[in-house]
Amino acid sequence: MPAEILEPVHTHPHPTSDPHPPLPRLDRALRVGIGGPVGSGKTALVAALCRAFAGELRLGVVTNDIYTTEDADFLRRAGVLDPERIRAVETGCCPHTAIRDDISANLDAVDDLEEELGRLDLVLVESGGDNLTATFSKGLVDVQIFVVDVAGGDKVPRKGGPGVTAADLLVINKTDLAPLVGASLEVMDRDARARRGDLPTVFLSLAEDKHAKPVADWVRHLVDHAR
Amino acid sequence: MTAALLLLADGRFPAGGHAHSHGLEAMVASGRVRDLDAVERVLIGRLRTAGLMTAAFAVAARDGDPDRLDAELDARTASPALRTASRRQGRALLRAARVIWPDAPWVRLPAQPHQPIVLGFAAAAAGLTDDRTALAAVHGVATATASAALRLLGLDPFAVQALLIRLAPELDALAAEAVKGDLARGAAPLTDLSAELHATWEVRLFAS
Repeated sequence: MPAEILEPVHTHPHPTSDPHPPLPRLDRALRVGIGGPVGSGKTALVAALCRAFAGELRLGVVTNDIYTTEDADFLRRAGVLDPERIRAVETGCCPHTAIRDDISANLDAVDDLEEELGRLDLVLVESGGDNLTATFSKGLVDVQIFVVDVAGGDKVPRKGGPGVTAADLLVINKTDLAPLVGASLEVMDRDARARRGDLPTVFLSLAEDKHAKPVADWVRHLVDHAR
Repeated sequence: MTAALLLLADGRFPAGGHAHSHGLEAMVASGRVRDLDAVERVLIGRLRTAGLMTAAFAVAARDGDPDRLDAELDARTASPALRTASRRQGRALLRAARVIWPDAPWVRLPAQPHQPIVLGFAAAAAGLTDDRTALAAVHGVATATASAALRLLGLDPFAVQALLIRLAPELDALAAEAVKGDLARGAAPLTDLSAELHATWEVRLFAS
């Protein structure tokens, strides 16, 4: 029997390993889409990434979520992001359309940020919260992160949908709640692997990890390669 | 050219229209527009003002002076919020049209042009006649308003489509009016006021 068959098979890709060919060098900011169901932690992830990259990357944020002045105040008070670096896009009750079928308002928002703030390294585009079928157009973002959460039920990865199956990074948030809601992280891990093949998945508790370290490491790796 | 007309007029043409209600979101919130009958009145009002104007200016832009036409449109749009909405939609349409027809004379357009001016240029690039340019314009105003109403009020989509089909002769008549060469004018003060009120809201679902 050949020796290599006896080697343990490593089936869980490391989050910083990317099965896709490297992105071409960009002469603009890397654009990262962040999608996922309502309440899964998209805005919390944006805040954590802003915290992680403060003083390191020139950052802009476009949000398609319903955005109040309290949201801007929250980010400013937390010392996370200057409000001038955030643009809100109204989607006319069509959150999917604005990030997939008709991306013009989002592209305009990205252009406006770069025009007013100068060269940026990273633009995060947060989708409006909806369901498992949302996906970003490649005309809008270079890579996309899909955020689901443990409290939404451990069957979510099995349900699939383009976000779960094809996002460049799947984030399973609120792992701290698993014992409280009777969710099995093992089931979610197994189903995510089955759905996603070689694409990476990270488990996270944004309540505990205020800098979303594994996601920030993944994004940093891409930013370094794109510039 | 019939297929080109259908494609340019299609509501799925990616030019940012889905995010605009042109004051309808505020009319619904105020309770003035609650049902299909009210939507029909809003639709007729918008067609006879904004619809006719959009069509007349799109036709004129095909061989007119785009800077002058842009200024004329500003003068005819009392609400600053609706002027902004028109320029934002012009920008979105221009973004799409530049990709689709890269060789058209986009450099002749003013900075941040109004949507009807860009529409005229796009229609010319698509090889549409004046008649069909006007038809695409009134069709766009009708379907954008109806689609926003459908989403804001949760109306029966079959009833909304039946209303649009019933208004088809009106659309034809307005398009025929728009090609006569007169730069149309027409104001809808409640629409202007609603759009201005809407612009002051903290949380909006629609961009206008």
